[in-house]
Amino acid sequence: MDVLIFLIPIALVLGGVGLVAFLWSLKTGQYDDLEGAKWRILDDDDLPERKNTQ
Amino acid sequence: MTVHQRDWQAFVVPADDGAVHMDLAVDGITCAACMGEIERGLKRLPGIRKARVNLTSQRLAVDWVEDQTGADEIVAELERLGYAAHPFDPASQKERQDKTGKQLLRCLAVAGFAGMNIMLLSVSVWSGNASDITPETRDFFHWLSALIALPTVAYSGQPFVKSAFRALSAGRLNMDVPIVIGVGLAVALSVVQTIQHHHHAYFESAVMLLFFLLVGRYLDHNMRGRTRSFAENIAALKAEVAARINPDGSVREVPLSKIAAGDLVLVAGGERVPVDGVVSSGISEIDQSLVTGESVLVPVKPGQRVYAGTLNGAGALQIRVEAASGATLLDEVNRLLETASQAKSKYVRIADRAAQLYAPLVHGAAGLTFLGWLLAGMEWQPALVIAISVLIITCPCALGLAVPAVQVVASGQLFKSGVLLNSADAIERMADIDTILFDKTGTLTLAEPELVGEIDRQDPVLALAGRLALASRHPLSMALVKATGALVPLADVQEVSGAGLETHVDGQRLRLGSPLFCGATTEAIEAHLLAVPGASLLAIQYGEEPVRLLAVRQKLRSDARDVVDQLKAHGYALEIVSGDTLPSVAECAEELGIENWQAAMTPSAKIARLEALQSDGRKVLMVGDGLNDAPALAGAHVSLSPVSAVHLSQAAADAVFLGKKLQPVFDALSLSIRARRAIEQNLWISTVYNIIAVPIAVAGYVTPLMAAVAMSASSLAVTANALRLKWGNRAAADASASTVFGPVMSTKGE
Repeated sequence: MDVLIFLIPIALVLGGVGLVAFLWSLKTGQYDDLEGAKWRILDDDDLPERKNTQ
Repeated sequence: MTVHQRDWQAFVVPADDGAVHMDLAVDGITCAACMGEIERGLKRLPGIRKARVNLTSQRLAVDWVEDQTGADEIVAELERLGYAAHPFDPASQKERQDKTGKQLLRCLAVAGFAGMNIMLLSVSVWSGNASDITPETRDFFHWLSALIALPTVAYSGQPFVKSAFRALSAGRLNMDVPIVIGVGLAVALSVVQTIQHHHHAYFESAVMLLFFLLVGRYLDHNMRGRTRSFAENIAALKAEVAARINPDGSVREVPLSKIAAGDLVLVAGGERVPVDGVVSSGISEIDQSLVTGESVLVPVKPGQRVYAGTLNGAGALQIRVEAASGATLLDEVNRLLETASQAKSKYVRIADRAAQLYAPLVHGAAGLTFLGWLLAGMEWQPALVIAISVLIITCPCALGLAVPAVQVVASGQLFKSGVLLNSADAIERMADIDTILFDKTGTLTLAEPELVGEIDRQDPVLALAGRLALASRHPLSMALVKATGALVPLADVQEVSGAGLETHVDGQRLRLGSPLFCGATTEAIEAHLLAVPGASLLAIQYGEEPVRLLAVRQKLRSDARDVVDQLKAHGYALEIVSGDTLPSVAECAEELGIENWQAAMTPSAKIARLEALQSDGRKVLMVGDGLNDAPALAGAHVSLSPVSAVHLSQAAADAVFLGKKLQPVFDALSLSIRARRAIEQNLWISTVYNIIAVPIAVAGYVTPLMAAVAMSASSLAVTANALRLKWGNRAAADASASTVFGPVMSTKGE
């Protein structure tokens, strides 16, 4: 059962990483607009803007 | 409407690096395209640091460098893109960041993480206990669990500890008190058992309990936050601002929170009076229906008092803002409001009543178990372990979720049918109702006046009068414009202040305004008023033709009769209490088929009637919108207010309903009865669970595995029962959602 010496710390650290990642995403406001986020992936904001839009 | 320059400094708040920040409610954001369009459109302006649309709350947050772009350019750009936007008054947004929600979510995340890890260790111990785990490994796992559980309980338990502490220091008992005791004892017992190398520990039960309860609490908070932010959007889009006249004579539009007593405010024709005060110059007519319930226009001149929420007629008024001075309607309302709200705070919520019953019972049972085992000759320590396991197994998990789960689902359903809750326990109280008091003007009727009867749109004189009416913002003129569908204004219109409009068409004089201005005879006026009680008269005179009189009055809400019939069919006693004159209330009552009605009631008469009913043991729902209804709204068992109501009334009411229909009143009542039933079922489910579980615990047979399974099962059972509310009501809610939200704001009708 010596393997537990490695496995348990690894399990805890992985869980902790997940928790920290969640807290970070919360802090950076990623849950503020759940409705808009799903649409933003369709938004081509990385394309150069078309000329003559106005 | 007269557009004044807005005082933008009052709407922005400073952000980082010399930039400023502004939040706007935007009407009509419904899709992804709008979002991109607005954000890209704004970023083309110079100096914009950040423009971000929040589709959930339908708001826009902009950060920009102040000396490069003005706030009015931002609003103008939005308008050019086709969106009506209005900035929030920073003073009205108390919690922009939603700190409580984030705190709950953090607690939830920590409890979830800890619960998963401890469960992993616990399952190993449980299976090991059944096979060949060594005592050293078990102790090691228990210590690890303790290491995770102790900080978790200390952190994630905060919301419950705080709430329990607040309740205890106020001398009350709420559901959080037994929760805190249960969790605290479970953890303490487990630590002791770990030190003594026992086979069992209850760490996972304590943490899972916190996790379940936090889920319920977060959802509850989220639902209320959504309702509140929707209400804030409506308030912002109503543009609750006042045009302040500065000492140098300039006029600036500022949010109401920046107006102080002594300020001079300009109210243009057709605008709502934003403040309470005294007219310092100008003559006009005022539609006071929101304040007194009277539907007839009242003439005002300098020195007279006007109230916030009333509608100004044609003339511009300068109003000196004055705080209440002791002898006005407003003072009386405020005084009555105070006494009335004190009476209401006596109501004890079902959950707290359950806690008051539950806590002594369960703690008593645990105490008796301890004594019983001692008398049966057991050592004090194992007896204590059994007593604490009684507390843990009865852990108020299901009981703590029973009420919030229903409330979350029910307030979501209410939101869909157009009812926004102000107070969380309104649903419970609404289920008790047997009598409904209605105000007339603005509640049973719509707030805006409309022309009585059908008119002939082909009539050339009426068509001309309609075009003439386009020149005025007077409420009666606007009713005529709406009825005739006029689009092209007439030229050379002269406005005679306080009387009407005049112009010449084909060499003939055309007048529109008060009957006397147009030369109507007294007999004709009286005959018309007799035919249509409570109406205001609008007169038209064209050349040598006889004067025509048109009656204008607030119309009944289109579905009022149907809703009244539905309510009667469900056994509610209905009554109209109105501040309006006798003939018009009588007519309205007859049209709706309501036998009990009283007219010309003052605020104190309304509340006296309410108290008389309540002392008969009736539970009264008050539905009203006026300033004169506010005390009755606050004093009633529960109260509803239309979204067009004055501030004071909306604040006093337990819930606000949207749209031009009366249907939400009935929906709210029927839904709350179903919600109440679901709450009672949930309380029974948790009682039955306890009846089964407690004897097993008292007998000393409970293991941590049983505690974990039983707790989760009971939580799921009450949550599923609460969700039934949603399924049963889906079709009806979907049908009404689109009609209700349509006129107020466009939403996706989800």
